[in-house]
Amino acid sequence: MRAKNNMTLDILSLPENLSFARVTVAAFASQLDFTINDLEELKVVVSEAVGNAIIHGYEGSGGKRVRIGVTLYPGAAEIVVEDTGRGIADIEQAMMPAFSTDPERMGLGFTFMKSFTDDLRVESRPGLGTRVTMVKKPSLVMHSKVAQ
Amino acid sequence: MPVLKMETRGDTLVVVLEGELDLRVADELRKKLEESLSDLPVRHLVVDLSRVCFVDSSGLGVLLGRYRRVAAAGGKVALTGAQPQVRRVLELSGLFRIMGEYPTPDKALEHIC
Repeated sequence: MRAKNNMTLDILSLPENLSFARVTVAAFASQLDFTINDLEELKVVVSEAVGNAIIHGYEGSGGKRVRIGVTLYPGAAEIVVEDTGRGIADIEQAMMPAFSTDPERMGLGFTFMKSFTDDLRVESRPGLGTRVTMVKKPSLVMHSKVAQ
Repeated sequence: MPVLKMETRGDTLVVVLEGELDLRVADELRKKLEESLSDLPVRHLVVDLSRVCFVDSSGLGVLLGRYRRVAAAGGKVALTGAQPQVRRVLELSGLFRIMGEYPTPDKALEHIC
């Protein structure tokens, strides 16, 4: 499928950048026919993916980089969040609901990413980093397909 | 700081939050709530979310942590006024299964006390 548009955000791994990242991705994705609810869900999944990169990938170290790429296709947005942090040793375990290495966190980041997107892929190599790829289709497009 | 207002009503701490509950504010919010729950003679906790426009798992973690503390001491926790986009995240997280949900702090207080 041919991309309609593309952008890349390269940010420092600081919690202060989370709001900027999710709002920017949602604003860019709004070129497609996303509903307000879709865009709110996009904000949540971007927050979770970038938050994971900051907390787990870089273990809270603020001077590292998180790259967020968004590609818009006709009828879908692909969001890629990458870090070059410590990586995930066991992706399957990390993606289980309520799995968390921190008792103060809910372990629901991947659950939200799965629930609020149409496709989620996680690639990681310990010591090299993690790449999370999410695809989200506008609800209206999905509904019109059902109607056909 | 996402705490707009905090008051005690009987043995209940009522906290009004605002803005975005994410990783940026989670630590500060956790400390503030912990201090208040330790210093004040309260048993229950009501958190008003009507002015909160965004929450992610970092924000939910703060709420869950305080629930564990309050529930362990025999108290109750209620969430009030969640906007639709916040409510959806709370529903998916399962927090509504363990915390009460009410439209306003006053309604929550009627049921808790």
